[in-house]
Amino acid sequence: MNSYLQLSEVCIDFPTPKGPFRALDKVSLDIAQGEFVSLIGHSGCGKSTVLNIVAGLYQATEGGVLLEDKEVNSPGPERAVVFQNHSLLPWLTAYENVELAVKRVFKGKKTKAEMKAWIEHNLHLVHMDHAMHKRPDEISGGMKQRVGIARALAMEPKVLLMDEPFGALDALTRAHLQDSLMDIHRALGNTVIMITHDVDEAVLLSDRIVMMTNGPAATIGEILTIDLERPRRRVELSDDTHYNHLRHEVLAFLYERQRKVEDIGSAKKSREAGSDSKPKLARTA
Amino acid sequence: MIATLTSLRQNPASLMPSAAQVAQFAKGLMLPLIGIVLFLFIWHNVAQLIDTSLGKFPGPTQVWEQSTNLIAEHNEERQRAVEFYERQEARNAETLAADPSAEVTIRPYTGKRTFLDQIFTSLYTVMAGFILASMIAVPLGILIGLNEAVYAAFNPLIQLFKPVSPLAWLPLVTMVVSAVYVTNDPLFSKSFLNSMFTVLLCCLWPTVVNTAVGVANVSKDLLNVSKVLSLPPLTHTFKIVLPSALPLMFTGLRLSLGIAWMVLIAAEMLAQNPGLGKFVWDEFQNGSSNSLSRIMVAVLAIGFIGFLLDRSMLFLQRWVSWDKNAVLR
Ligand SMILES: Nc1ncnc2c1ncn2[C@@H]1O[C@H](COP(=O)(O)OP(=O)(O)OP(=O)(O)O)[C@@H](O)[C@H]1O
Ligand SMILES: [Mg+2]
Repeated sequence: MNSYLQLSEVCIDFPTPKGPFRALDKVSLDIAQGEFVSLIGHSGCGKSTVLNIVAGLYQATEGGVLLEDKEVNSPGPERAVVFQNHSLLPWLTAYENVELAVKRVFKGKKTKAEMKAWIEHNLHLVHMDHAMHKRPDEISGGMKQRVGIARALAMEPKVLLMDEPFGALDALTRAHLQDSLMDIHRALGNTVIMITHDVDEAVLLSDRIVMMTNGPAATIGEILTIDLERPRRRVELSDDTHYNHLRHEVLAFLYERQRKVEDIGSAKKSREAGSDSKPKLARTA
Repeated sequence: MIATLTSLRQNPASLMPSAAQVAQFAKGLMLPLIGIVLFLFIWHNVAQLIDTSLGKFPGPTQVWEQSTNLIAEHNEERQRAVEFYERQEARNAETLAADPSAEVTIRPYTGKRTFLDQIFTSLYTVMAGFILASMIAVPLGILIGLNEAVYAAFNPLIQLFKPVSPLAWLPLVTMVVSAVYVTNDPLFSKSFLNSMFTVLLCCLWPTVVNTAVGVANVSKDLLNVSKVLSLPPLTHTFKIVLPSALPLMFTGLRLSLGIAWMVLIAAEMLAQNPGLGKFVWDEFQNGSSNSLSRIMVAVLAIGFIGFLLDRSMLFLQRWVSWDKNAVLR
């Protein structure tokens, strides 16, 4: 396999008052161009940390990330991020939020009219044409998330990084956005890394699922290749034996091989940390 | 009230306005009105109990009387000025008629400053000091908030100068202004500069501190967005940092303007610089039977102008703020 994006032996230590805390240990992963990879693992294992290192927001302590054989060491628009909580600028409309990114990437490469068309095209991809000129506080959570995705897509990134993009949404909206994302991925062939807590989502969308072991010093436990035909249809797949087998594989990894045995203190802490979003993993179990 | 009437017309059976309407009316108008009436009542009664060397402490009626007097005096003074110039012009015309090559001059009228003149002087001075201070404080605050090193360098100085009373600055400012500002044809009077710089030095700090805090506390998510987009420094400042910091910046500006107004009155009293403070001081020295009422008029005027200044800042904030629904008070 030719590797487009390469993580080689990535380790990271966070400084804490009690000395360095090794969050990730020797994470190695090769991703091909156009591949859709999901990261799954228990809360706090280090998924966001992996994503942030690829984005360039964190620096690996040891090892590193190569994109097209060039080392990644700072954030940049060719690795666009869809943040978990949309992170739109509240003082700009949906259109202006996308515009900020488009202007940054295509200044001097596209004319004003081309940029306008391109912004509108991307908002159309996520079905946001009708509320283009509304500010984030005037649209729903799902719509905000869609604008966040449009902003990332509009940058024509080499790699699209998504941190639980649908985590805070209700099941119906989530299914709808998953379908849109599959369509977009099929049409544009982006290279995607997506973090998820949802086993169905991971199996439905991914070419490969990367399952992470529990921290501290988390690393990649197993990698599952999802060889289901595309385009995939959720209703048909739910009755498909191979699909259900793959699903079973992920569940077995998460709840048998990496069963999370937490002491009461840390369980309480993670409940507080996650109290704003859906009950993680409990739903799929 | 209008809403009550229309609802009455539509539904004559409901002679009683709804509970919600009554509550709205009470909150909007009745309660503030009750507060003011109660205050006037207490003031009136307590004033009669206080004897001073200048007679009884003025009650609301005496103060009202003096406020109309002060306005009448202002109009008289203006009239006198007009007459003064008319007399000069008539005299000059006569001289020119007798001898066309004669040189004529018009001397400026140097009458006494009226209450309204003093208000105008104070307003002008406070705005000059405040605007100048803001022009320094906002960029400085942004710089300090953006950069840890600049913060570390400036923080001790800010902490040191923030609590300094205006009265301590005043002598220094006065000496420096008279030493540095020497021209034969001054554009600004020295007293104006003294008051203005004292105001400036005192109202710098709340804006600097609040702007810096606002800038330093931009949400981490938005900072990450800026990093991923690799926004250039200026775009970063204007698109991400400033809009986030705006509410706190305005809190600082409003605090500054409030301080500026209080400081100015004190400075004018102490330095005998023209303005409302001098009016109060002059009346105090004058010690006539009306003095206390006139000072009281000044006190109310100072309060009311302070209130208007704060409101105007609030309107400015509403106007520039992106969030038109935010509750600002
Ligand atoms: N900036 C930081 N400083 C210190 N420790 C950190 C920092 N960021 C993350 N960690 C630690 O690294 C570990 C992994 O965190 P991370 O946010 O990557 O988890 P996650 O897998 O994304 O969890 P979740 O699914 O709940 O989002 C956690 O134990 C966390 O406490
Ligand atoms: Mg995370």
